[in-house]
Amino acid sequence: MTRIVAVTAGLSVPSSTRLLTDRLAAAVAAGVPDAEVRVLELREYATDIAKHLVTGFPPANLREALDAVASADALIAVTPIFNASYSGLFKSFFDLVEPDTLTGKPVLIGATGGTPRHSLALEHAVRPLFTYLHAVVVPTSVYAASEDWGGTDGLDTRIARAADDLTALLAHRLPAQRTEPELIPFAQQLAALRPSSSSDG
Amino acid sequence: MSGMQFGIFSVGDVTPDPTTGRTPTEHERIKAMVAIALKAEEVGLDVFATGEHHNPPFVPSSPTTMLGWIAARTSKLLLSTSTTLITTNDPVKIAEDFAMLQHLADGRVDLMLGRGNTGPVYPWFGQDIRMGIPLAIENYALLHQLWREENVDWQGRFRSPLQAFTSTPRPLDDTPPFVWHGSIRSPEIAEQAAYYGDGFFANNIFWPKEHFQRLIELYRTRYAHYGHGTAEQAIVGLGGQVFLRKNSQDAVREFRPYFDNAPVYGHGPSLEEFTEETPLTVGSPQEVVDKTLGFRETFGDYQRQLFLVDHAGLPLKTVLEQLDLLGEEVIPVLREEFAKGRPADVPDAPTHAARVADGPAARTGTATETVEVTA
Repeated sequence: MTRIVAVTAGLSVPSSTRLLTDRLAAAVAAGVPDAEVRVLELREYATDIAKHLVTGFPPANLREALDAVASADALIAVTPIFNASYSGLFKSFFDLVEPDTLTGKPVLIGATGGTPRHSLALEHAVRPLFTYLHAVVVPTSVYAASEDWGGTDGLDTRIARAADDLTALLAHRLPAQRTEPELIPFAQQLAALRPSSSSDG
Repeated sequence: MSGMQFGIFSVGDVTPDPTTGRTPTEHERIKAMVAIALKAEEVGLDVFATGEHHNPPFVPSSPTTMLGWIAARTSKLLLSTSTTLITTNDPVKIAEDFAMLQHLADGRVDLMLGRGNTGPVYPWFGQDIRMGIPLAIENYALLHQLWREENVDWQGRFRSPLQAFTSTPRPLDDTPPFVWHGSIRSPEIAEQAAYYGDGFFANNIFWPKEHFQRLIELYRTRYAHYGHGTAEQAIVGLGGQVFLRKNSQDAVREFRPYFDNAPVYGHGPSLEEFTEETPLTVGSPQEVVDKTLGFRETFGDYQRQLFLVDHAGLPLKTVLEQLDLLGEEVIPVLREEFAKGRPADVPDAPTHAARVADGPAARTGTATETVEVTA
């Protein structure tokens, strides 16, 4: 089984962000026979995300969602573009993933907006976020403006190409680095500080 | 004072009372802290510990001054810290200050070392926050040596070398104060505590238990690894925070505005959610007893339980009432219940008298394992 988690940060119900997420998820599932897709609507976690931010620990519900992201084989991450970047809710959620959680994980990024003029927000905001988290972002990102939903200018093609990218990456995954940091024995920590035995002293 | 020790620890924050809008002066808060300490002895608690902070809205920047004042007015209370900053205080001064306090208090002194959580404090004392863990390791190694050797030749990375230096006064009865290492997240500090056979205090008050289970388990395992005893014999301390009234509903009603506006957790989860997830107990003495006894199920038999009772702008009068309830209805029950089923080989909480009786071997505090050095 290949676990795909789709994180979607649309705020209205129904939302075009969710619509794009579902299209991306369906395209990926079509190319991955044993795919099991789970969609996380961040709207449903909005207050839990705020609580985690102020207390430093997640409510049980959110913990389960973060665990699902951590254990996923691949992510689909879709945000509306607000004020030229990802939405605050989207960023807040990914601010809460533990370090190394996304290391080596294939990620397909998508975004929606009212105008096509914001499409590069995917490249200057969303892609660097996941690169920082050591995820492997597929080359094709998918932006859907309002006009794309009624047009014939290639949204389907972009969705299919991005899904193919993710499918190909799933077959050649980088190793995840989820091992616990090794405990350095105390004597070694102490010795490293001794002028007589330190390599640079 | 055998078996477990029960006490209180104070952050020393100056916080407005959200029900009146009034903020105590620093003078009022400092006087309140020492009044709370005296009350702790009066109601039969074992330990008072003060935090150390060097920025507003906190007052306790000079812990041994405060503890010395309390020592002069108490006779049984054990005086401690929560925590003493091992990173930014000169270990030479810590050695001197706490040895002096130990003499004046006739041995009723121990201390909890920590790295603190205020980044800017490092440059205020000429240190570099990026060196937090190495500072904690090197400074404690020196402190440990200063209390155990009269003439110390020493050279390190973070302070000027010492040649034939003698820290004065020498520890009372040649027995250094017991040291706890406090940490909320660093495995390195659990490892340090285990290496020396010192105590490990997990201030578990703000987070769910699973996190601290891992940390305490690591400390216990490494304590045994270094040959100080079995994992069950490691010296563990835990935090807790409580607000009590005879009736649970009264406690919740009275504490809610303080919770909702508290600097640490206010404006976030509800009081009910927070009490569910963390050690915070707001309720009757029986509820505090039940929750605290649960810590043993989670972390094993332990030695010291400290409660936070004087935070979030609670007025002094209310805090003193809390201590009455703790002393009358909680601590005696906890002493009795924790004693039940406590294995005979689980050590009592450390005291100066017991450490003197144990003799020099018991207080040298070095690991007996053959240290493996991996390449």
